[in-house]
Amino acid sequence: MSKPAFEPAVGRYLRLDVQGQPHRLYVEEAGVGIPLICLHTAGADSRQYRGLLNDAEVLASFRVIAFDLPWHGKSSPPAGWHKAEYKLTSRAYVDTIIAVVDALGLDKPVAMGCSIGGRIVLHLALEHAARFHALIGLESGAHADPYYDLDWLHRPDVHGGEVCGAMISGLIAPTAPEADRWETIWHYMQGGPGVFKGDLHFYTADGDVRARVAEIDTGQCPLYLLTGEYDYSCTPDDTRELARRIKGAEATIMESLGHFPMSEDPARFLGYLRPVLASILKRDPKS
Amino acid sequence: MRFEVLSEQLGALANATAWLVHRGRFLDVCFLLQAGDVCWLVRIHRGRVEAVEPGPFVMPRWTFALRASEEAWATFWQPVPPPGFHDLMAMLKTRALRLEGDQQPFFANLRYFKELLALPRAAGEGRSP
Repeated sequence: MSKPAFEPAVGRYLRLDVQGQPHRLYVEEAGVGIPLICLHTAGADSRQYRGLLNDAEVLASFRVIAFDLPWHGKSSPPAGWHKAEYKLTSRAYVDTIIAVVDALGLDKPVAMGCSIGGRIVLHLALEHAARFHALIGLESGAHADPYYDLDWLHRPDVHGGEVCGAMISGLIAPTAPEADRWETIWHYMQGGPGVFKGDLHFYTADGDVRARVAEIDTGQCPLYLLTGEYDYSCTPDDTRELARRIKGAEATIMESLGHFPMSEDPARFLGYLRPVLASILKRDPKS
Repeated sequence: MRFEVLSEQLGALANATAWLVHRGRFLDVCFLLQAGDVCWLVRIHRGRVEAVEPGPFVMPRWTFALRASEEAWATFWQPVPPPGFHDLMAMLKTRALRLEGDQQPFFANLRYFKELLALPRAAGEGRSP
């Protein structure tokens, strides 16, 4: 039997304004070095990065920071949330990330996002490349077509937690360790009503960036793309197509991983992430 | 699982899985399962599979239907299926699987149906029919 022990990560609540509205966001971090901001998937929260936040090798060179978007995890929705349907937009998502970077006083952090986070790093590359040291898109594509009626995720005759968990379960590779698979599903089961669906508004409609990705300048800010072979939401072909259109983008297809690599199988994912982080460390942080 | 024994074994496998039956305790439905030209009506009452009736049927009544080719189901039932054939929603995305009819019981019990239809995989015979 192992002894009780605290993990290295420390979590705090950050008060800040985003788009002129007061917010209370949950932020956790561990490690020292280049700031590495981690962005969770739609309908989930920063617990997806627990593997990274516990990896001594990564924490020796990177200050790993993961925060819950408003409406997610332990972050609150803003006052008045009950008066309108939640729909994530590109504008709100980018502004939230930049507000957190500013609030924490981060100088040229790396941003890594998965799924909707993998999409928003493309928006960051287009609008704020000079502010980031590098960008990492996990399960990143320029667009995703919905393949089921999103209304099933939020309606009174279907339990939201049950259906969100069951909807995403197949996006996890069949080889994922049992405990990490079900931890990943549990996060989805805990999402607030309509939040996963509201995030998918960005993923399937508002955040479509196909017309602009060719403008991304990887000379200004390197872009790494990592996608799991079992991901049928953002498929390996979607990522290959993205890499084909962005000069200098590096794409890797990860075997035996799905849509939630950092959460469904942290150890296997780290095998793919370490070379990317090593490459980032080689670059001068001031460049 | 060989298709000809599916009607005998799917119910036995399901009903021996107490946690699956418990989670389906509010579920009463009859759905059509089709593999190529072969089909079955699967009758579920309070989470128990009461019957898996093999076709052909003259005028079948069902709430929803799940239709795929024999090859697609055989691939889905491999012990470690390849990408795209490892999950019902994956097969819906690639159009290897078609979902017809009233989808409400299917989505309201999505985990139940995913696990029910994956049972032949766990039975370890999931290769070619």
